[in-house]
Amino acid sequence: MMNTWIYARNLVVGLWIVFKRTFTKPVTVQYPEEQPYLPPRWRGRIVLTRDPDGEERCVACYLCSAACPVDCISLQAADNPEAHERRYPEFFRINFSRCIYCGMCEEACPTNAIQLIPDFEQSEYARRNLVYEKEDLLISGTGKYHDYNFYRMAGVRTRDKDKGEGEHELPPVDVKSLMP
Amino acid sequence: MATIIVDNKSYTVDEQQNVLAACLGHGLNVPYFCWHPAMGSVGACRQCAVKQFKDDRDQSGRLVMSCMTPATNGTRISIDDPEAKAFRASVIEWLMVNHPHDCPVCDEGGECHLQDMTVMTRHVYRRYRYQKRTHRNQALGPFIRHEMNRCIQCYRCVRYYRDYAGGRDLNVFGSHDAVYFGREQDGTLENEFSGNLVEVCPTGVFTDKTFFHHYTRKWDLQAAQSICPHCSLGCNTTAGERSGTLRRITNRFNSQVNGYFLCDRGRFGYEYVNSPHRIKRAVVRPDCDRTKPGQPEEVPQAIEIAADRLRRARGVVGLGSPRASLEANVALRSLVDPQHFYQGVDEQERQLLSTILKIFQTGPVPSASIHDAEQSDAVFVLGADLLNEAPRLALALLQSIRQEPMEQVDELKIPRWDEAAVRNAVQNRRGPLFLAGYQRTWFHEYATDTYFAAPDDIARLGFAVAGSIGQGTPSVPDLSPEVKDLTQRIAEALTHAQRPLIIAGTKSGSQATIEAAANVAWALHQQGKQPRLSFVLPECNSAGLALLGGGRLNDAFDAIRQGKADTVIVLENDLYRRAEAANVDAFLETAQTVVVIDSVEHRTTAHADVLLPSATGPESDGTFVNQEGRAQRFYQVFVPDGDVKESWRWLSELGRATSQEGGSESGVAAWRNFDDAVSATATAAPALARIGEVAPSASFRLVGQKVPRQSERYSGRTSLISHLTMHEPPPPVDHDSPLGFTMEGYRGPLPSPLISQFWAPGWNSIQAVNTYQDEVGGPLRDEMPGVRLIEPVATKASGWFTTIPRAFQPTAHQWLLLPLSAVFGSDELSNRSPAIAERIGKPFLSLHPSDGARLTLEDHSTVDLVLQGTTYRLVVHLDPSTPVGTAGLSLVPEVSGVSMPAWVDLLKAIQTEHKRRAA
Ligand code: SF4
Ligand code: SF4
Ligand code: SF4
Ligand code: SF4
Ligand code: FES
Repeated sequence: MMNTWIYARNLVVGLWIVFKRTFTKPVTVQYPEEQPYLPPRWRGRIVLTRDPDGEERCVACYLCSAACPVDCISLQAADNPEAHERRYPEFFRINFSRCIYCGMCEEACPTNAIQLIPDFEQSEYARRNLVYEKEDLLISGTGKYHDYNFYRMAGVRTRDKDKGEGEHELPPVDVKSLMP
Repeated sequence: MATIIVDNKSYTVDEQQNVLAACLGHGLNVPYFCWHPAMGSVGACRQCAVKQFKDDRDQSGRLVMSCMTPATNGTRISIDDPEAKAFRASVIEWLMVNHPHDCPVCDEGGECHLQDMTVMTRHVYRRYRYQKRTHRNQALGPFIRHEMNRCIQCYRCVRYYRDYAGGRDLNVFGSHDAVYFGREQDGTLENEFSGNLVEVCPTGVFTDKTFFHHYTRKWDLQAAQSICPHCSLGCNTTAGERSGTLRRITNRFNSQVNGYFLCDRGRFGYEYVNSPHRIKRAVVRPDCDRTKPGQPEEVPQAIEIAADRLRRARGVVGLGSPRASLEANVALRSLVDPQHFYQGVDEQERQLLSTILKIFQTGPVPSASIHDAEQSDAVFVLGADLLNEAPRLALALLQSIRQEPMEQVDELKIPRWDEAAVRNAVQNRRGPLFLAGYQRTWFHEYATDTYFAAPDDIARLGFAVAGSIGQGTPSVPDLSPEVKDLTQRIAEALTHAQRPLIIAGTKSGSQATIEAAANVAWALHQQGKQPRLSFVLPECNSAGLALLGGGRLNDAFDAIRQGKADTVIVLENDLYRRAEAANVDAFLETAQTVVVIDSVEHRTTAHADVLLPSATGPESDGTFVNQEGRAQRFYQVFVPDGDVKESWRWLSELGRATSQEGGSESGVAAWRNFDDAVSATATAAPALARIGEVAPSASFRLVGQKVPRQSERYSGRTSLISHLTMHEPPPPVDHDSPLGFTMEGYRGPLPSPLISQFWAPGWNSIQAVNTYQDEVGGPLRDEMPGVRLIEPVATKASGWFTTIPRAFQPTAHQWLLLPLSAVFGSDELSNRSPAIAERIGKPFLSLHPSDGARLTLEDHSTVDLVLQGTTYRLVVHLDPSTPVGTAGLSLVPEVSGVSMPAWVDLLKAIQTEHKRRAA
């Protein structure tokens, strides 16, 4: 008997809530015609960025691949003494069919090269289309971090920075000098 | 044994050690930089500071360097003391003041001792905001990269390079915070052991240049134990692979063999595995037509064709190889029947090896491990050029010459690890080291006495020394007064020593030298000493092949020539390195079918009718027996691509294909996995019975699990091949060993051959070895250092060798042509590595200046030498260490295959520009 009353009350309350909705503004968004706002730090598709000088930021240090919990990043370091004297990835592959968009790679990256951007539109019919190579990942801008240039901080020589020309660096030591 | 108290807990330690080593031995983490287990302490870096207390009432204590404090009984220290901690934190902060922001682009990263110590001391934040000093780097040759900014001035490199390895061209320059570790000017590091700098330097100043070209982090390497195939010493290595490329070789500690160090041939010679000249596909010559080149063929067809030929053969000869594993040789021996199995080495070498075996099997003196060599207090080397033939042994002898002066150090009560004090006490004193040979190297500068002479004279010196030590030993007539003097000095030094070591070489082909060495060792044994005997053998498994036995190469040639057989199987052997080209040509052309199993292309593979691609060491499981008679296991590091398979597996498949339809499989045909190969090997010869004890068998499990070859942080599992396939195939299954090609499996204490790489939490660098030892520098926990197959049974020598050669007489027209080994150039496989190839010298002919004058040749002139039908272009070296009447020919790739020693009329054989023009 008691139960029947409770059921009846719940029914009326439920109908009342539904009825009230008739007078509120709908929240449905006409995606994809209408695009939602996503904050810049939203974790979506991954890109490889360039430093302010326009050079590839990634130095192929393997830290992102080590940090990735699902092991979906692989790369191979290479050097090109003529053009660069810097390290860059010979290939850089992310298998997005495995990626969980956790952002660990971005956390690990010491050069701000790898970044997650607010784009989630990656649906594909074939899984193999979710394998992105370096050509697919590399963008021409700096992404979220505009100023950082790893090679200006590092001690190694590059094509356009001799020893001692980095930030906070003294000119190379003259070994032959005995001056204090 | 002593008891020390660390943070109020007592530990039992060896009082011969310092506190640092004692703590590390108990798993207590004390950060350090400049101390090294093999090089002692100098107290340079100040990183290992701890608090020492007088007694339990002492509350204040004082800071001491743990590496400079003896672990005497009752020593009371604290590692966790706040003041000690703060001190260590400051030290690392100072060291890091100038350190560049390089980790992401530094090859040391991820296995860097400096990173480990920085984390260990919790230096996490950089307070220094000012400018950093920088350095220019040097080009140090094909092996080593230099990045001086990263230096923390620990001085390990120069201590290793100069004091330990005898190098001269690396030094420290400059002053104060600008000291510079490098060469006086750019140039190749000359020392044969320079590669160890990569591991000795705790930072990324010196890194492996060959690794740089296909760089991968340590955690991404799939790794396993390997045995160096580049000389007969059998140094243990860790080979690391990724994506089907062998990426690098690092040292693998084995207390009995190589300890902490390798030679450069062993470390940088690995790239033959990645060589473009690798054989990857089975190749068959169509229609048995020798005029047509071989065509790639599917494996089943290739096997069928080969089996068909074998079935129809009128006799098969099998040629074994001293660079193939024991199991592969046994497989061939089983396939062709033991009476048709021939050792694929020249007759002279075969005889020398059987003499050596007899000496060890019947004599009372045991063979010496490298560790024994390091401990010996007097050494006499007969006719071996160690630096070029068995480099790691030369490095061991550089330590042995410290043994005798060490006695005085002990008398002065200086602990042996106190390196600076030891050096002060020892000064320039060196223990006895006598080198008799026919090629001078820088190593001779460390000798007490040197003697350069023809092999016969070297043997005579040996016999004379034995004669003056032992009773009843044959004496040598007509010795010159100088040689008599030298004999006396050597005999005296050897009899004064407790653990003398006699070493002889095989390169000169002199039987007498080997016998003389045995006589010396036996004579010392008769005098109540504990001598050791060591022979340098030609190749990595020469001893294994000799223990297995087999016919003479010439008999194999005869069998084909006389039509007793018409089919040949050549196992991992370039016959053109073994015999004169004309003979080999005739042999291979007469044979109806030539089946060759090998990993790299060479002149013999070009003659193959069926060519089967065999796996190299890091691609296969197998056993090598080193020159000491120690059997050691190497494990497959990765599954090779193409049709590549272990040689024994090819032979086993051939066995199955040739055995009668429906008949029962026997011998090699019944082998299914490596364990079958090992059991068959154990019964193949009595001396090999203990082969199974070398390493755990394939069924070995820990907690029911296999042992992973990959690290816990192996990356890229789901994307390495995703460009090829989206399916993630299961990892290959390994039926041949307890190891798996995965990251899953048992992690914890392991028998040493199963350790993939040395690593412990907080210890990512190679210094993690400490955590695998109970006593730092001592054997690994659960060490299986290989099995010594030959131990002496006799208690005294049954008789002396009495065939004393006559003194060498230079003749008017004939010169004795002797082979001169080269550390870079004489080994068949390592020559294929680009970095080694860069270091191979031009072929040269070495002559005594008086002979040069007789032949009117000038130093550094170029000549053409016609030898055994081939013309070689050589540079003339006039070298007073070359014995008069002999000529040395450098064994570099261009001249491989010249059989030596040989008598040659140089007046005729040498063509100079001048002579050519006159003609
Ligand atoms: S976002 Fe996470 S799962 Fe995706 S690649 Fe980066 S680390 Fe891997
Ligand atoms: S962590 Fe950054 S710099 Fe390093 S490999 Fe990944 S993307 Fe490149
Ligand atoms: S180069 Fe390396 S080993 Fe040498 S002093 Fe510097 S940090 Fe130490
Ligand atoms: S000494 Fe011989 S076995 Fe040892 S690393 Fe060198 S070549 Fe290899
Ligand atoms: S390790 Fe003790 S001072 Fe360097």
